[in-house]
Amino acid sequence: MVTQVVMPQLGESVVEGTVTKWLKQKGESVQEMEALLEVTTDKVDTEIPSPASGMLLEILVPEGTTVQAGTVLAWIGEPGEEIPQGAVPIAQDLQTKPESIPQRSEVESGLVMAPSLERQVGFISPVVARMAKEHQIDLTQVKGSGQGGRITKKDLLAYLEARQKQEPAAVAAQPIWETPADGDLFRPTELVFGQPLPEVTAPTQPLSGRLIPFTTMRKAIAEHMIASKHTSAHVTTVMEADLSRVVAHRNAHLSEFAQQGAKLTYTAYFAAAAIAALKAHPLVNSSFTAEGLLIHPQINLGIAASVGEEGLIVPVIKHADSLSLLGLARAINDLAQRARTRQLKPDEVRGGTFTITNHGVGGSLFATPIINQPQCAILGVGVIQKRVVVIEDEFGNDALAIRPMVYLSLTFDHRILDGAAADAFLAKVVERLENFSA
Amino acid sequence: MPEITLIEAIRQAMDEELARDERVFIVGEDVGKRGGVFRATQGLYEKYGPKRVIDSPLAELSIVGVGIGAALYGMRPICEIQFADFIHPAFNQIVNEAAKMCYRSNGEWTVPMVIRAPYGGGIGGGLYHSQSVEAFFAHVPGLKVVIPSNPADAKGLLKAAVRDPNPVLYFEPKKGYRLIKGEVPEGEYLVPLGKARVSRQGEDLTLITYGMTHYYALKAAQMVAAEGIETEVIDLRTLLPIDRETILQSVKKTARALIVHEDNLTGGYGAEIAAILAEQAFMDLDAPIKRLAGPDVPAVPFSHPMQDWFMPNAEKIAAAIRELAAF
Repeated sequence: MVTQVVMPQLGESVVEGTVTKWLKQKGESVQEMEALLEVTTDKVDTEIPSPASGMLLEILVPEGTTVQAGTVLAWIGEPGEEIPQGAVPIAQDLQTKPESIPQRSEVESGLVMAPSLERQVGFISPVVARMAKEHQIDLTQVKGSGQGGRITKKDLLAYLEARQKQEPAAVAAQPIWETPADGDLFRPTELVFGQPLPEVTAPTQPLSGRLIPFTTMRKAIAEHMIASKHTSAHVTTVMEADLSRVVAHRNAHLSEFAQQGAKLTYTAYFAAAAIAALKAHPLVNSSFTAEGLLIHPQINLGIAASVGEEGLIVPVIKHADSLSLLGLARAINDLAQRARTRQLKPDEVRGGTFTITNHGVGGSLFATPIINQPQCAILGVGVIQKRVVVIEDEFGNDALAIRPMVYLSLTFDHRILDGAAADAFLAKVVERLENFSA
Repeated sequence: MPEITLIEAIRQAMDEELARDERVFIVGEDVGKRGGVFRATQGLYEKYGPKRVIDSPLAELSIVGVGIGAALYGMRPICEIQFADFIHPAFNQIVNEAAKMCYRSNGEWTVPMVIRAPYGGGIGGGLYHSQSVEAFFAHVPGLKVVIPSNPADAKGLLKAAVRDPNPVLYFEPKKGYRLIKGEVPEGEYLVPLGKARVSRQGEDLTLITYGMTHYYALKAAQMVAAEGIETEVIDLRTLLPIDRETILQSVKKTARALIVHEDNLTGGYGAEIAAILAEQAFMDLDAPIKRLAGPDVPAVPFSHPMQDWFMPNAEKIAAAIRELAAF
């Protein structure tokens, strides 16, 4: 019996992967679970184990080719066995065929990041399946009115109509502001309008300069950022914190932590403070869904890590609320290290419920970070700098002091939180930092 | 335009064809002096005489046999089988001779013959005066099978059947003979065989039917329209050859199909329609194809409560529409 080797979905928002290297060649034998090929995605690099023992009968997707998750990459079977021709889906090369578009929309990518929100769509009738494919509809987004909540053709037509209405401005503006070829940052027009537009081969303005093709990671970041801006009502609030106690605590424990194999960074303190504040304000540890506000039972803390020019990645510390400062420090060291070397496992970059981004490393005082969907908020940490501040001594006299200060900016989803609730949360972070004790 | 009954329309058609073409004649039990047991041929014997409106012996095999011979000789016979239930003795003549003649003579001989037969129950006729027999004949290539549902179609279809070069079985919904009334176009007109008619427009589901159940279907469609369900009703008019285009076009629009006939379910004509839809409209279906038909019992019972249990009616059809619309 022949077995398919399929491009796996390496992470919730990962819809495509690039075959970087075949570790076995056509005709070579391979054992089940033996590494068969290397794949790179916008989030991770990984080896794909062979799903079966046998001979590698055929490689369908050559090295360097990017294909959608679910694409058949190769066939494994006994020597001489025939590959079922009809069953071979055509590999969709996303890089060489500009008309091929990833089958996702911004709503969809928001959803795939949160598997807990997915619901069963139930029985799919032939016409619903066909229309969903034609119009690139994520059926989990469609409300069913049929028997047992089944999605009917009418539900789909209503959804399409609503989708069309949602973006009339874009329809009207499209020919004026940009041609699709110029706007790689924007979603493919096929997704916006539901039907292919005339192919545009040349941009309206002659290009000058050097064109850098987007990497998968760049494209993913672009899509996620725009999708987030379209999804949440972003508001940023800023507070400052006096880190005197944190600095003192860190200086006192640096060597002790080092002896236990952990590099004690300030990030660990911000993580600890954020976790404490999230425990006190569980509303912030949530996701906005069509059915209602989903409060997450545990805190999965995402920490944005730069991987150089190429982009950034957000590894997630699962159940961060159960970790001590030492545990947090270790987890942060480990994830940051492996993010830089692209050794993260798919599971380690998904499921986050709150994110911290440390933009201060570049000297930034404060920023307005974009929410990592489908989360409620993101905490931006500025540069720690000694500033002169006015303090009050024990006798109530004002005095000037030099203190290690940091600006903390919280971007929150105003659909979920109002200013007062967001400020209460951020104040809790500040309070925790200013009164830090392990 | 005057409103007339279904049976008057059938009589008018025969009258006009007898007047138009002297090759046309009628043969059947009690069709002459008696004017037919349902009075379909009333007045024609007096008008055209015993040589053109012929009372036959009680032998259906011979009625059809005479018809085939006359047709081969160049005549245009209209054979009447008093009740469709009695057509079975003539089955051999129809299937083995009439249907195959053109084919086996390589087109040299044709049988331009019409066999009229009242079909269907609901009139207290019991086992031998209530049957629906269309499925037997719709299976046979070489025949045409026509079932009208209203006076205008009945007249136009019968006149077209008389002029058709093939043997045409023309089944008449006898319960509707005097129940179904309607306007008939004045003057000469034909309704082409092989063309269905969308008798009611709707978006929610397609109801495909013919003959007597079409009458109930329109009533049912009206009932559910009050509840917001818009049914598209297709009157097939001709079962063989079937008008695939019209039913496919409608089902591709509504994505749901209900097939209704009085003949019993298993191997009934609805199975053929369902198969066509499954093969050619599968990717457009939003719900399973649904059939409402007579139950699989040997005959329509004589007892009135039992007859009611057997017969499709507007309420039963409306219930089936609701169920399909809710899927």
